[in-house]
Amino acid sequence: MSTVLFIVETHQGKAATASLHGITCAARVAAAHGAELALLVLGADDTAARQVAAEGYGAAKVLAGVHEALGTFTAEAYGDAIAEVARATGAIAVGATATSSSRDALPRAAAMLRAPLVSEVVAVQDAGLLRRPVAAGRALVDTKIEAAPYLFTVRASEFPAAEASAAAPVETVAVGDPDPRGAQVLGIERTESARPPLTEAKVIVSGGRGMGSGENFKHLEALADLLGAAVGASRAATDAGMVPADLQVGQTGKVVAPDLYIAVGISGAIQHLAGMKGSKVIVAINKDPEAPIFQVADYGLVAKWEDTLPRLTELVRARRTAEA
Amino acid sequence: MKILVTVKRIPDPDEPLKFSGGVLDTSAVKWVPNTFDEYAMETALRLAEHVGGSQRLAEVIVMSICPAGQRQHVTQFLAMGGDRAVVVDHDDRALDAQTVAEAIAAVWKRESCDLLIAGKLAQDMEGNEVAQRAAALLGLPQATFAATVAWDREAGSLTVGREVDDGVESKKIPLPAVVSVDLRVVLPHSVKNGATPDDHAYQEGPRLASLRGITMAKRKKVDVVSLADLGVEAKNTSPIVHAEPPPPRPPGQIVESVDELVEKLATEAKVL
Repeated sequence: MSTVLFIVETHQGKAATASLHGITCAARVAAAHGAELALLVLGADDTAARQVAAEGYGAAKVLAGVHEALGTFTAEAYGDAIAEVARATGAIAVGATATSSSRDALPRAAAMLRAPLVSEVVAVQDAGLLRRPVAAGRALVDTKIEAAPYLFTVRASEFPAAEASAAAPVETVAVGDPDPRGAQVLGIERTESARPPLTEAKVIVSGGRGMGSGENFKHLEALADLLGAAVGASRAATDAGMVPADLQVGQTGKVVAPDLYIAVGISGAIQHLAGMKGSKVIVAINKDPEAPIFQVADYGLVAKWEDTLPRLTELVRARRTAEA
Repeated sequence: MKILVTVKRIPDPDEPLKFSGGVLDTSAVKWVPNTFDEYAMETALRLAEHVGGSQRLAEVIVMSICPAGQRQHVTQFLAMGGDRAVVVDHDDRALDAQTVAEAIAAVWKRESCDLLIAGKLAQDMEGNEVAQRAAALLGLPQATFAATVAWDREAGSLTVGREVDDGVESKKIPLPAVVSVDLRVVLPHSVKNGATPDDHAYQEGPRLASLRGITMAKRKKVDVVSLADLGVEAKNTSPIVHAEPPPPRPPGQIVESVDELVEKLATEAKVL
């Protein structure tokens, strides 16, 4: 039986939420090919692989690729390892959720395998026929692939998370000699936040240039905290240095699809819409009635944020208090 | 030091897309350079020039794959300050990312380059893969999604601040190497070359071509080569067989007050 390989990223020893969504897509790819799904967990030891295997996620097996060069993520070493495992297993397709790491490493593996890569898959149409958005979400295209192997990255927001199943067996797989090629990761400056990550939040409160200053984002944060929401921003706001760039939602930032997206002072440039159009309910608050954001909003309120956010926060707080 | 900057021509992203017979029709589009590639060019120029000094620290070579007669985007990059260009005369729409990366690797070797700087993705097809593929084919280290670049000329290395999902990663790579750039790289203080004073504030964004630059661009050397000259076979292993506009969102409603909004979110949309 042929194999579809899916690379699971782990966080504190457990499968990352984004990867769980990707597994669902990979399972559909495997089903389309009549292939079995194997999960690949790379690292300096097999602890995380065993944790993932205990949850199973419907996979036939979990492959543990272990090497000291895989302790810290580098695209160079991970690219080498992924290409080696793809060769060794004869996988017909190799996927991962479209995170900054997989977007870094998978194309390297694809080049070494002389294989095509389909980025940000949103639907599996058929065996070797994958749908993805292009041009800032203005078109959906189907890519036809006859080559084996091929690689793909998954847009997590388009697939439900895979659920734990019976435990899967763990096998060790040789990863060759992954080489960071002199690259050194000096550290990560994390954006510390008690709020949920943008890509996982059920509710997002986002601000744009209309907020005027980074200082004013505290009004959005107060609302976000009442809603258990993440705070996002448009490119105009991050470019202007109001808030850190990793809050950016859009073609050039993160793609999100929460249950509720509240856009405040965001005009709605195409590139921003590309990152949040998949949200279930969109609320837009903007003083400009002509702002394009209103074209995608389910509920639009033409008003200044200064005149609306305090009342909105107050009403949400009252509801929360009533619930408690 | 030789810096290779790649630029893709893309359909003007401000113009509506045209769908025809289940595919995207690009026969009559206005071609413009990919914005992220303009950021790559700005990054290369900031590394190459010594503001306040006279020597140039690097040669900047512009490369594009496009029909040789449709290379306005290349001329524009030369007008921004590129030293010369290599144009691979081929319809880029007919090539897959691997072929593009092979062509870049071939030009890199021909020109004995030290650094490739590319945009992190093309705004039209959004593959986000060509720079990484080129790095792998050349066996080089890479720093993708760069927000800051600092060049240590004595050590022959770059320290790059990379936009990653949970913050900014600092990655040090020895030259020769590949860098792909994200948008914050064009902020006033994002690029340091150790010669231009560290406190020098560049104007935000990619520079516009000056009148003098435009005049000079016409005299700069442009090598036109074919894929065959580079020993690269033209292929497309992942063709697009269908394209359609995304389904429209159902029309929304304008509410008159915050109270009405909250009421509707709670009872109608049921998300509060």
